[in-house]
Amino acid sequence: MNEAIIDTLKLEYTNIKSVNEKVLLFKDSGKRRRTIEQLFFMMFKVAAMINGLALIVIVSYLVINGYQSISFEFLIEAPKESMTKGGIFPCILGTLYLSCGAIIFALPIGIASAIYINEYAVQSRFLNFIRLGINTLAGVPSIVFGLFGLAFFCIVLKMGVSIIAGSLTLGIMSLPVIISATEEALKSVPDTYREASLGLGATKWQTIYKVVLPTALPGILTGTILALSRAAGETAPIMFTGAVFFTQTLPTSIFDEVMALPYHIYVLATAGINIELTRPLQYGSALVLLIMVLGMNLVAIIYRSKLRRK
Amino acid sequence: MIFNRKTTEKTVHSMFFLITTVSLTVLSLIMLFLFTESIPLFETVSIKDFLFGEFWYPTDEPAEFGILSLIIGSLYVTIISSVIAIPLGLMTAIYLAEIASERMAEIVKPIVEMLASLPSIVIGFFGMVVISPLLQETFDVPIGLNLFNASLMLAFMIIPTICSLSEDAIHSVPVALKEASLALGATHLETIIKVVIPASISGICTAVILGMSRAIGETMVVLMIAGGAAMIPTSIFDPVRPMPASIAAEMAETPFGGEHYHALFATGLVLFIFTLMFNMVAAYISNKYRQVGEASL
Amino acid sequence: MKVKKYIALLIATSLLIPGMSLAERLVLKGSTTVLPIAQKVSEAYMKMNPDVKISLSGGGSSNGIKAIIDGTTDIGNASRFIKGKEVKLAVTKGVYPVPHRIALDCIVPVVHKSNGVSNLTVKQLRNIYLGKIRNWSEVGGANKRIVVISRDSSSGTYDAWKSLVMKKKRVVPSALTVPSNGGLVQAISNTKGAVGYIALGYVTKTIKTLKVEGIRGSEKTTKQGVYPISRPLYMFTKSWPKGKTLDFINYILSVKGQKLVKSVGSIPLY
Repeated sequence: MNEAIIDTLKLEYTNIKSVNEKVLLFKDSGKRRRTIEQLFFMMFKVAAMINGLALIVIVSYLVINGYQSISFEFLIEAPKESMTKGGIFPCILGTLYLSCGAIIFALPIGIASAIYINEYAVQSRFLNFIRLGINTLAGVPSIVFGLFGLAFFCIVLKMGVSIIAGSLTLGIMSLPVIISATEEALKSVPDTYREASLGLGATKWQTIYKVVLPTALPGILTGTILALSRAAGETAPIMFTGAVFFTQTLPTSIFDEVMALPYHIYVLATAGINIELTRPLQYGSALVLLIMVLGMNLVAIIYRSKLRRK
Repeated sequence: MIFNRKTTEKTVHSMFFLITTVSLTVLSLIMLFLFTESIPLFETVSIKDFLFGEFWYPTDEPAEFGILSLIIGSLYVTIISSVIAIPLGLMTAIYLAEIASERMAEIVKPIVEMLASLPSIVIGFFGMVVISPLLQETFDVPIGLNLFNASLMLAFMIIPTICSLSEDAIHSVPVALKEASLALGATHLETIIKVVIPASISGICTAVILGMSRAIGETMVVLMIAGGAAMIPTSIFDPVRPMPASIAAEMAETPFGGEHYHALFATGLVLFIFTLMFNMVAAYISNKYRQVGEASL
Repeated sequence: MKVKKYIALLIATSLLIPGMSLAERLVLKGSTTVLPIAQKVSEAYMKMNPDVKISLSGGGSSNGIKAIIDGTTDIGNASRFIKGKEVKLAVTKGVYPVPHRIALDCIVPVVHKSNGVSNLTVKQLRNIYLGKIRNWSEVGGANKRIVVISRDSSSGTYDAWKSLVMKKKRVVPSALTVPSNGGLVQAISNTKGAVGYIALGYVTKTIKTLKVEGIRGSEKTTKQGVYPISRPLYMFTKSWPKGKTLDFINYILSVKGQKLVKSVGSIPLY
């Protein structure tokens, strides 16, 4: 018994000794450790700066090379002479149609799903299953959405290459984005709001409709803008489902095919008749797309940071 | 009146429930179509020949559908882009979560977010017109559109994913842990390396895997700048043809219902399985090693 | 309730919109080689006939012919003649595809401007594309690795190259692929050791063309039939064309139409 205690004490003693030695070591190396720390922190900072640098390089490169191509005519004219001259109006319009169509489809479904998950559902295996499904949907590669859109919307539902097929494809791609943004927004509504409303005798739906949704609306809105900008910039899902190489006329129905800005850039940069000759057009189109997408993002980011400050 | 309210309530509840199942339905439809559109291929080509065949000659007669070189191309771009993106993304995350002042973080965060929102076509275009000639000049390689170029561009697409998810993980480390470490005399750096990172490692792993999942599925960048040669690369400057590039380049010009069409769907299925695996592993890690307070560390 | 109304409204509007298109439509599908011709001609044609709406898409020759057989297009573009198999399928469906020769196509091998080689035989070209010849010194050039550039497997130009040069043998897997003639020109002009092939009309000053078997690919040698890598281009219609389709084909074959053919780099019939 005593021996055991002595053993533990011995062990304790050696431990203390070694810790003391280490502390002494620390003191000696204090200066060195500070320098190493500074060095590492510098490295972390540089890594962060590289991101900023990459963004600045890409954006400024396009701005410098593209701003001369952008004129009023460029924005309101159709491509001419086998797309070597003229503007990009049909492409801008097509991109707007496709991305707005996607949101019209995804927004109601996305918000309703998020409401169900956050407000109605009880923790269950089924809920986990739904979450898993949404996460998996979020991870599906964009080209696979394109394949699905082609096989299901264009061929099985006989929509052909059209605005509606492209929009639906982009829509299902935006669905997880909108669901998670809405969920986030709903979660940020304090429970006291709900309790107060329920306490006053409102039903659950009335509470959601009159209290929770209005409070969460700004958050949902930012998420929607982000989803819209993502849909506008995507190329792979619309390559086979909504966008075509060239159409002379503007679409008159949702079953018409359209030109879309991202696909137009791809076509000009890789498949044009004379790629070097149409470089200015490519820079111009890329810059317009960049302004559209980053503009929407900037609006969302600024709006959100204002919300947070409140 | 009360009866009415209850019915409305019930209707609303079941309506929301039904709408929520849309996501699941869509996902099942996607899987269903990938399968049904791939299966006809395997009537003529064995699964082994498809997965491990080295030659991709889809329009020859007789055609050959071996996607080994496409799979390897995809894996290479994913690995190389991760090698670039993981340190950069992780260091940025540490910087944002631990080191940067509040004002600095308020500038850097939106930048990372904007980087994430750059359309892939713009990044592909940049790689084509800027990086490709640059590589040819500086490294004197015959081809500027190659594995390295594509990986580099992809890296900048997945840094934001890795960075923002790891940052969340790092933020979730309890302050008490950090304070304990600092109180014991460890420097801030030592605390970060020995306490913060180990404590948030599961979140960081999830971030990295989701980043890789995004890299393997990204299409436009590899379509435009990977070079498009369906071969197994022997150097980092060789051209490759990753799976998404092959699908995107060939699908638009393939007759519906032909063998080639089914082969491209089968390629899509393989791609889908890869991303599914990545996502499953990520979900598993984040569930299994979920931090539940300080006790679980 | 508002949500329901909103959804109902959405469905109602989406059902209404398609009823509004009334203009006469002409659909062209098929070969990407014919696409630039079709595009140029339809631009001019629609200027003359504003009430006609033409929609164009690629898809490759096989798709163009298949679309004619299925009746999903008015004109099917093809860079090859219809195959026996396809004729049989058409006949069993009660369709009689009619070919219209609209232009000639001439494919020339091209290299970087600094390349000293100026003539190759078809056999040498084939061996380069088979990966058997790997260095320019083997065909009388400088000691430099050959970078083989080819086109995506569904392109019409690739199809022609495969049948006219490769004799159906396979292009080496390490060949870079680019999606278009224009893309190929750009890749060649940036890559010193590169070799590629393009339709004659896409030749620019930034690259150098090679003679084949001592013959320079040109409008003249193609029309005479002496240049080895050339072929006719077709538009197929479902039985003898009528109405706007006939008008459109006649327009391509007119003097004006053939001028447009020439302007996009293909070779006019006369």
